[in-house]
Amino acid sequence: MNKEEILKRMRTAIVEGNKDETEALANEAIKQKLDLNDVIDKGYVPGIEKVGDLWEKGEYFLPELITSAECMKGAMKVLRPELEKAHVSARSKGKVIIGTVEGDIHDIGKNLVASMLSANGFQVIDLGADVKLEKFVEKAEAENADFICLSALLTTTMLGQKKVVEMLKEKNLAGRYKVLVGGAPVNQKWADDIGANGYGENAMVAVRITKKLTGE
Amino acid sequence: MIKTVRPKLEFLSKEFIQKIIEEAHEILEKQGVFVENEEALKLFKEAGMRVDEQTQRVYITRQLAEDSLSSAPSIIRLYDRTGEKEFIVGKDHVHFDPGSAAITILDHKTSEERKPVSEDLVKFCRLTDCLEHYDFQSTGIVSSDVPDLISDSYRLYIGLQFSAKPVVTGTFRVEGFKPMHDMLVAVRGGEENLAEKPLAIFDACPSPPLKWSNLTTQSLIDSAQAGIPSELISMGMTGATSPVTIAGTLVQHVAENLSGVVITQLAKKGAPVIFGGSPSSFDMRKGTTPMGAIETMMIDSAYTQIGKYLNLPTHAYMGLSDSKINDSQAGLETGIGAVMAALSGVNVISGPGMMNFESCQSLEKLVVDNEICGMACRAIEGISQRDEPIAKNLFEGFTQETQFLTMPHTRKWYKEEHTFPGIIDRDTYDYWVSLGKKSIADRASEEVDRLLKETPPSLLDDDILQELRKIMDSDAKACGVSSLPEIKL
Repeated sequence: MNKEEILKRMRTAIVEGNKDETEALANEAIKQKLDLNDVIDKGYVPGIEKVGDLWEKGEYFLPELITSAECMKGAMKVLRPELEKAHVSARSKGKVIIGTVEGDIHDIGKNLVASMLSANGFQVIDLGADVKLEKFVEKAEAENADFICLSALLTTTMLGQKKVVEMLKEKNLAGRYKVLVGGAPVNQKWADDIGANGYGENAMVAVRITKKLTGE
Repeated sequence: MIKTVRPKLEFLSKEFIQKIIEEAHEILEKQGVFVENEEALKLFKEAGMRVDEQTQRVYITRQLAEDSLSSAPSIIRLYDRTGEKEFIVGKDHVHFDPGSAAITILDHKTSEERKPVSEDLVKFCRLTDCLEHYDFQSTGIVSSDVPDLISDSYRLYIGLQFSAKPVVTGTFRVEGFKPMHDMLVAVRGGEENLAEKPLAIFDACPSPPLKWSNLTTQSLIDSAQAGIPSELISMGMTGATSPVTIAGTLVQHVAENLSGVVITQLAKKGAPVIFGGSPSSFDMRKGTTPMGAIETMMIDSAYTQIGKYLNLPTHAYMGLSDSKINDSQAGLETGIGAVMAALSGVNVISGPGMMNFESCQSLEKLVVDNEICGMACRAIEGISQRDEPIAKNLFEGFTQETQFLTMPHTRKWYKEEHTFPGIIDRDTYDYWVSLGKKSIADRASEEVDRLLKETPPSLLDDDILQELRKIMDSDAKACGVSSLPEIKL
């Protein structure tokens, strides 16, 4: 299989959500000693972009979207250790700390956003659900993150988003991280009120806004 | 006379029901269920169940599940605040109550959602109290002018003060049970009286798939021991938190409900428990959970059929809408849901007044939905043979001039056979124009004002009220809340 063929099949595998194929192709690329970052940029990324297009057109729904995102994650899992071995870091659009805030166990929305961000080239550290507010800040500090994404499904827990923003201010970290908020009761006004940097009403918008904040 | 048939909606064959239950049993036995509550885990161990302490996973044998089903009562009797009016929850009895725990209210004047305050909650309770097709009230609004910590007990505190109807409620924290139980006991005049004549139903929601959190498990245990009926609110979302097929979601629903029944029966044999839920179709495009989707209603109707097959009282979240305003979507989703629920014989139907994915209450919608519920109740009364013969005698010697308006037969039956709505529009066009071309939402808004102005609130006796205040104050104090909003009528 030549490089062109591999890249083409990578794209198709992502679009079709074929996880086995995506990972097999990643291994093939390693075997052939291809430039892995190049492979990601020209094989997998166009695939996930195509998936985004199909979503925008209304042809793809959440199951297709998330399956493709998971394929992307699977491919990166194979490629990342190789890149590290070669002392090359995978190109990342930025590091994201994400989680559902304390007191809230709902994580579907958060998982969608995490998957889509990761599929779109962000390095995502998912803290899970019901995450202690301090932990967002601690983890962001420890990981030298760029973004903190806070999900909340309940009006009672969305206050946690505000508290994290306040916590950052108290620690003189305001502006150090871009804070994004999301969840059913959250809206742009709330994001503005609490001084968050962005709000996305769904996973695709979240990706768009995060990309925009990176200056892309 | 020919016996009147109760019209019925049934989606499943007996064979299908049995297969669904069979798979649910197998899941509980082989895969188990998560129970994040020490007291419950202890109960399971004492009952000889295999418990994995590390993961808090419990495996429930078919034998225990079946024993629990047979010890759970098939009929529950609820009583209003006076203890005199009885409501049977079971068989095919149908009771509507407003959808619960809205975090916003639709403001009719601005057509926008806003945070509700105590005054809204009081209005909501008073309206529910005087609207005739709601047998039960619900603690339907989370008041934003009290801290979240006490918002569960506060809702009940207001509900008990302003409506005499039995109340569907629930806890938001483990500590919430005690003050809420104390209030119910105060109204009933003793713990035994309350156990004998339950005044409230407590909702308990497992987390899909197959997990009982500490809070909900404790609510099941505490309620069972106090004789308060628990309502099991399983809420799988097709393809997200439960299998995507309707039948697949039913399997999970039954497994979750069965495990809930087992917990109540282990806590107290014979404890009242209702087979219920709030599952939904998951929108694969929007990532939302439409309660007004026809598939959501199909799931509700089908699990109700299964609940009946298991001989348990039933509940469903039906008769509500995802619309954001009182438009045709609000009416059509509520209407289809309420009628389907009634035809399915759901015993407790929660939903009226609700919109926007179970998050928003509207007083105007509550008034409109009361009429919808009235229509649904009429439909299930069915068609009766009132006379022998039915009508042929009315045609004896009929001529071209014969009309029925003045016949004694008409006078005798018209009010039995036909219902007369309040704010549904049946006017002629010209008359409707002369009244100002009002929409149903506008008429409902006027009706809200009229009802609140003209209907005296059903208040509690002063000594009981004082007692409730004491309980509420001490709960607030324990939570570090120093003052509560002033209630104005």
